[in-house]
Order: sequence, then structure tokens, then C-alpha cells
Amino acid sequence: MAVAEIERAPAFKRRGYWAGVARRLMRDRVAILCLAILAALVLSAIFAPLLPIQDPYQASMVARLKPIGTAGHPLGTDEQGRDMLARLIYGGRLTLMIGLMPVAIAFFIGSTLGIVAGYIGGRVNTLIMRSIDVFFAFPSVLLAIAISGALGAGILNSLVSLSVVFVPPITRVAESVTSAVRSADYIEAARASGGNALTIMRVHVLGNVLGPIFVYASSLTSVCMILAAGLSFLGVGVKPPEPEWGLMLNTLRTAIYMNPMVAALPGLMIFVTSLCLNLLSDGLRSAMNVKE
Amino acid sequence: MLAYMIRRLILVLPVAFGVSVICFLLVHIAPGDPLTAIMAVDATAEEQAAMRAAYGLDRALPVQFLLWLGNLVQGDLGRSIATGRPVAAEVWRAVQNSLLLAATASAIAFPVGLLLGFIAGYFRDSWIDKTVTSAAIAGVSLPNYWLGMVLVIIFSVKLGWLPAMGAGPAGSDGWAWDWGHVRHLLLPSFTLSVVPIGIVSRTVRALVGDIYRMDFVQALYAKGLSNLDVLIHVIRNAAATALSVMGLQLGALLGGSILIETVFNWPGSGMLLSNAIFQRDLPLLQGTILTLAMFFVAANLVVDILQAAIDPRIQRS
Repeated sequence: MAVAEIERAPAFKRRGYWAGVARRLMRDRVAILCLAILAALVLSAIFAPLLPIQDPYQASMVARLKPIGTAGHPLGTDEQGRDMLARLIYGGRLTLMIGLMPVAIAFFIGSTLGIVAGYIGGRVNTLIMRSIDVFFAFPSVLLAIAISGALGAGILNSLVSLSVVFVPPITRVAESVTSAVRSADYIEAARASGGNALTIMRVHVLGNVLGPIFVYASSLTSVCMILAAGLSFLGVGVKPPEPEWGLMLNTLRTAIYMNPMVAALPGLMIFVTSLCLNLLSDGLRSAMNVKE
Repeated sequence: MLAYMIRRLILVLPVAFGVSVICFLLVHIAPGDPLTAIMAVDATAEEQAAMRAAYGLDRALPVQFLLWLGNLVQGDLGRSIATGRPVAAEVWRAVQNSLLLAATASAIAFPVGLLLGFIAGYFRDSWIDKTVTSAAIAGVSLPNYWLGMVLVIIFSVKLGWLPAMGAGPAGSDGWAWDWGHVRHLLLPSFTLSVVPIGIVSRTVRALVGDIYRMDFVQALYAKGLSNLDVLIHVIRNAAATALSVMGLQLGALLGGSILIETVFNWPGSGMLLSNAIFQRDLPLLQGTILTLAMFFVAANLVVDILQAAIDPRIQRS
């Protein structure tokens, strides 16, 4: 009977760290709402060609600057008579890509630099961290515009300049969390049992520092979105006639006297997206229990 | 204190050097020839070479850098390719306008941010805290160039209360403290202040909330101190960090006003920078960025020293 009891006993479900994070995140209503909005934006951007919307490049001289609610143009038309709904959906493709990819790139480069600097320490640390310090002498907006301005407009150039902007802050955070982990007993033990530096970094350090670095990087995505659209708004990002929220906002600036509601729409998209990114990042921070 | 100041000053030198290297290299990562903008289309090879020599572009890169750095130290930022005028004079004129904008925005943002953050931190987890926190998140999520546009739509287009662009009435040259000029300052400086309000209030809220939970505050209350006396202790503990956040924001406002200056046609360094970008006037681009970055470095230095003056613990670390 005792044996049967044990067999019937409910199996203790082992949950990993990430499952716990996901569970806590699912309970956060605000974060889930933001996740849903972002997912809808990303999916509609990816599957834009399959949606029953108009051609975002189709201009019309007679249908310029139609107000919101016009038949056939639910969100009106822009200064060249192109359908706003279609352009906003297609615009998400470039804006989201240029808004998110630089942080992802900077996350890889910055974590690598920071972990190496933090773990090895000494001269390597000084070299990496002092070089990074120089970039902190530039306000991020200025640095992004300076590099984009020098390289010239274009999607690839925007990706490069924004990545350069976000590598230094991520490196700094990665270095500080790694330095804190480095002196932990289990690292000491791994070193004493003969693990080489690369293995220790990969197996023991990485798992313990990636979480905080990831949370920090996620908090940068909203700034990156605003900056990416800002570059196009200034004319040093995406080139016309490509639909992109920042660029659309710029070309519609002349329309604020004729049709202010339509002119403000692309900015609203940037605002909603960056707000969702910020709230989701906050939710992630508390779900992962990372202190600020 | 003096030793700390000297140590801090010495630490700035390599950063300033690094900044100048980056600004110098900016021009050289730029595709194409910096002279194509002014070179005659049918210039012969000799004419091109002569022009290149005149601008010193025929020498090796390190030599060019040292010559450029030598001029820089003497306050010479070269000449604008588009206008031929000295870059330093153009930048200085524009920076004054940007400083005015950044200072006004700070004058709005810092008191508001400090007050909101303090109230939210004091009444942590109350409805006041939740309201302030939500507003702060919305504030830092706002693309401020869009906010500027929306404010222009409301206050200039719809209501007609404030001008949409420029830094003074038509025909006015330079700044004056009269209503005709100040009304031009209101919309751009308010627009610029929203993000720092969000950042300052978020930081102060976390700071004040944490300090009120510390043991020493309990001890002060137990000692019989009044709320006001405890408040003074809390403020003294929060001051250094709050100050450093504000200093960083002031520097960021100066360098980050480019987009807002574009929206409002404000004749500051941002406008100069965007003109330099579109005319491919690389010396002007270089000079403007260098100046703004140096202002940012100086702001950080001043903040660090003030921080150490307020909180002696910082000097020792």
C-alpha cells in the first residue's frame, strides 16, 4: 500500500526559471495587454501584403488629405493621396525593424564586451571600459544623428548608427553585473576545479548575468524606437517614398493646417508602440525580479 | 575636496581626447569627398588637387588629425564649406539659442519632476503614486517631436495663441526678454521638458521611497523628530543622486534638442547641425557635434564635483 501511495502521489512538477518568469508575466495584466498590442502590430506588419488594404504607394492627385472616416480610406489619405491605413500598417515594417534590431545587435555586442571586461578584469577591463566611456560624452540623440548625418540617409546606416548608440550602455551594465558575479563562491569553485576561463564564462557566468542585461536592454527598445523614427523624421533615416512612421510624420508636417488629425496619426503609432515597450519592459523587470 | 577635483579633472582629459578623435573620424567615415559640394563639376585634376591641398586633405590621416587638434586647442574649428565663415563663430551663435531653450526647459522640468517624484515616493503605492508613475511612463514614451507637432496643432493652428515657429517676431535679430520673444519660447521649451520631467520624477520617486524605508529614518522618528526635520534628512540623502540625474538631463537637453528645433524652426545648434547634414558641410557638422559633446562632458564634470561636495562619501570611493 505504501508503495502504491507513493506512486499515486502527484508528481512534483519542476519548473525552470524561465517558466516562472513567464507565469509571473502572465499574471501582469498591463504587460499582457502591451504584449498583445505589440504582437498585433508586428503580425500586421509582417502579413501586410495579405491584408485587405490598399497599395501604400498608390498616389492620387484628387484624393489628397482626405479626413479620417472617408469612404474607402478609413484613416484618410496623406499629402499625396495615399491611403493612411495601408501606409501605417506597412510603415510598421520599417519602424519596428529599425526600432528593435539595433538593441538586439547592441545586446549581443555589448554583453560580449561587458562579460569579457567584467570577468577578465585588469588591463582588458580598463581598455574596454575606458573606450566605452568616450561614447558617454555624447547625448544619445546627438550621437545617433551625428553618425547617421555623416554616413547619409538609408536603412542600413540607421541600423549602424543606432547600434553604436546602444552598445556602450549595455556594455556598462553587463560589466557591472559580471564583476559582481565574478567573486561569487561558485565561480571560485569552478576555477578551483580547473575550468578554463571560456568555459566558466559560458556555463557559469552567462546564465547568471544574461537576465539583468536582457531586462536592461528591453528598457532601451522604447528609446530606440523613438530615435529610429526621429532619424527618419529629420531626414537622415529611411528615404521616401518608403512608408515609415517618422518619415510620414515629417512629410505630413505641412498638412497640419489642412488636416491635423491625419497629420498626427503616425506619431500616435510611435507613441503607442514605445509606451507598450516601456510597460512590457517594466513588467519583465518585476517578473524577473531584477532591481533597478 | 581639492584633491578630488584635481583627480576628476585629470580623468576628463582622456575622454575629451577620445571625443575629439570620434568627431575627427566622423568626417572620414562619411562616404564621398567632403569637397564635392563646393568643387566645380568640370574641375580639372590639378584644380582638384589644389583645392585638396588648400583644405589640407592631401596629407596622411594622423597628420591631418594633429593639425586639426592643434587648431582646435586654439579655438579654431575651421571654416564652413558652404558659407566660408569660421565654424566657431557660427556654432557659438547657435549654441546660445540652444542654451536658452535647454535652460528654460530645465527650469520647467526640474522643479516639476522633483516635486512629482517626491510626492509619489512619499505616498508610495497610493493612488497619487500610481498616477504620477503612469504619467511619468507616458512622458518618457512620448516622441517629443510628435508632441511638439500636436502642441502646434492645438495652440497655434486651432487656438492661435502662440506662434508655431521661429525665435522672435519677423525681422527681429537676436533675443530679447519681451513678450514678443518669450511667447516663441513657450511651446518648444515645454515640449522639451516632458521627457526630463518623466525621468527626474521616476528617479526621485524610487530614491525617496527607498530612503524612507531605511532604518535611520525609523531612528529619527523614534528620537522624536518632526516630519519636517526627517524630511530634511531624507532630502540630504537624495540630493546627490537627484543632482546627477538633473545634470545629465541638462546636457542631454542641449544635445538632444535637434528634433525639437527642427519642429519649431528654432535657430539653435540643432538647426545648424541639420543644415550641415543636408549641405554636407562636414567641418560645420564636426564643429557643432564637438562643441555639444564638450558641453555635455563639462556638465558631467560639474555635476560630479557638486555631488562630491554634497555627499562626502563619494570623494572617498
